[in-house]
Amino acid sequence: MESVTPTNIFKDDSPSTGRHTNWQYKLFSYLLLTLIGFTMVVPFFWMLSTSLKPATEITRGNFFPIEGSFDNYQTVITETNLPRWYLNSIVVAVFSTVSVAFFDTLAGYVFAKYQFPGKRPIFIIFLSSLMIPTEMLLIPWFIMSNNPIIGGTWVDTYWGIAFPGVITAAGIFLMRQFMQGVPDELLDAARIDGVSEFGLFWRIAVPLSLPAIGALCIFNFLGNWNAFIWPLIITSSQDMLTLPVGIQFFSTESTSAWHLIMTGASLSVIPLLLIVIIFQRYIIEGIALTGLKG
Amino acid sequence: MSLAYDNKTKRHDSPPFWTLARKKVVWAYIFLAIPIIFFAYIRIYPTLFAFQMSLHDYNPLAVEQPYVGLENYETMIEELGKPKSDTLAAFRNTISYVLLGVPIQLGIALLVALMLNEIRFLATFYRILFFLPFVTSTIAIAWVFRMLYQPQFGLFNIALQAFSLPQQPFLKAPQQALLSVLAVVVWQGLGFAVIIFLAGLKQISRTYYEAAEVDGATRWHSFRYITLPLLNPSIVYLLVLQTIAFLRMFAPVLALTGVEGGPLNATNTIVLQVYREGFGKFNMGYGSALTVALFGIILGITIIQLAVTNRRND
Repeated sequence: MESVTPTNIFKDDSPSTGRHTNWQYKLFSYLLLTLIGFTMVVPFFWMLSTSLKPATEITRGNFFPIEGSFDNYQTVITETNLPRWYLNSIVVAVFSTVSVAFFDTLAGYVFAKYQFPGKRPIFIIFLSSLMIPTEMLLIPWFIMSNNPIIGGTWVDTYWGIAFPGVITAAGIFLMRQFMQGVPDELLDAARIDGVSEFGLFWRIAVPLSLPAIGALCIFNFLGNWNAFIWPLIITSSQDMLTLPVGIQFFSTESTSAWHLIMTGASLSVIPLLLIVIIFQRYIIEGIALTGLKG
Repeated sequence: MSLAYDNKTKRHDSPPFWTLARKKVVWAYIFLAIPIIFFAYIRIYPTLFAFQMSLHDYNPLAVEQPYVGLENYETMIEELGKPKSDTLAAFRNTISYVLLGVPIQLGIALLVALMLNEIRFLATFYRILFFLPFVTSTIAIAWVFRMLYQPQFGLFNIALQAFSLPQQPFLKAPQQALLSVLAVVVWQGLGFAVIIFLAGLKQISRTYYEAAEVDGATRWHSFRYITLPLLNPSIVYLLVLQTIAFLRMFAPVLALTGVEGGPLNATNTIVLQVYREGFGKFNMGYGSALTVALFGIILGITIIQLAVTNRRND
């Protein structure tokens, strides 16, 4: 199997199309890209700008704050549960990501490297769960989360928020594709040397597929971090909201206190934007990769 | 790769019971035990449960959940016949979101990707720029746009005023609300489609273009007869993915126009209606019936995609 590693999709040094590119066309491209790029930046700019303004400047429509300060940030951090929502989001996203990284990788490895009766039907059942929209499962999950006989009392718990995403079919499929590139000879040689079956996975297969595991982790973290509808349903206590749910409640309650709403939005967006800018290469290439594989 | 059983390690004359193949089978099941339990309990069981609930008058607050047969589905069809019902608005708007949102988003994304593919200087910068909204929380983005859409002091109306154009109500008018919500979703998802298109474009060998250029093809010819056909896999992939994403719209509608999907149901979607029925009115039987309908639509689209993809591979 050809191994497409996340590093060779967008080689910046590769010539683009080799077509004769005339300067008018290039100029037009830059103009249009700048125009659309501008619309990408403006909302973020307006969010930041508003978050620095005092309440009195909101309706004036000035681009830059006249008497800018970080007062709004202090207000939002001290007077809402936002720090707690941050913590909740981090706990849930990290827990899900670690679980997905382990179980999806292990299951992908088994589907790629083991022969066992029932392999094909099990794999098909796993994959076909991708066709079930999660919206269809919200109501059953909610009933399960409130009923200790078929589920448990999971409302307002980290497990309750996280359980739908601790193993994912898409991740198993992705990891299976990568694990098929791990050479059988290597595994067999280690097996003869007395390495245990789990050792083969942990000490050979995992190190060889770290780039794919990295991409899986990043997607999963982002997905969980921004997840909304299920955390909205399964949480009710102010202390257990995740960040997007908290922002939604806070913004709905503080109608027209736009300086505070934009401060909350900025606080929820900026740290993630910084992380994304740092890891952008991996994220963009990882997404492109899953697109090519799909 | 074939999934056939491997014959290499078959029986010898008097084999020990624990052959390597047998051991590997046992280990495979041990490794898969937790994922199998997870899928059975968290995915398959709730799926069956949803179908079952849709056949009951399921209200978790009531003492009994009586079996009502297909009554929920009959109600749904009745509601779809009433011109002012929430359910009809939900389905009609969802279809509008898909039919408008998918072509607009993919059209702009293809244009951006083609241009990004031409340039070298600042290419990475632009790629990150288009990509940032995609990784940002929809809820935060939606609230930012909600402010931008405000009458009088919202940025869009400030801009209209600067050009001496009439003020617009945007989210506050039934005629404009759906398009205003759609614009936010198109804006946010653009970067994802750009990345997928760009990856597809990079896969097209430049020798085709060189050959076409030698034969005197114009830029339009190259696009029409080389780029578009060879980009077909990316286009099909995105069509299906984005169609399903627009079908499942929820968070931006809730944040931009509230839980009623207002004004006058103008932005309501199927999933928002599920949320209102299931968790607002605890009308979970009917809510489940709506999700089964959504599942049917998504299944239909997936089957069409498989048919198209298989035809292409033959």
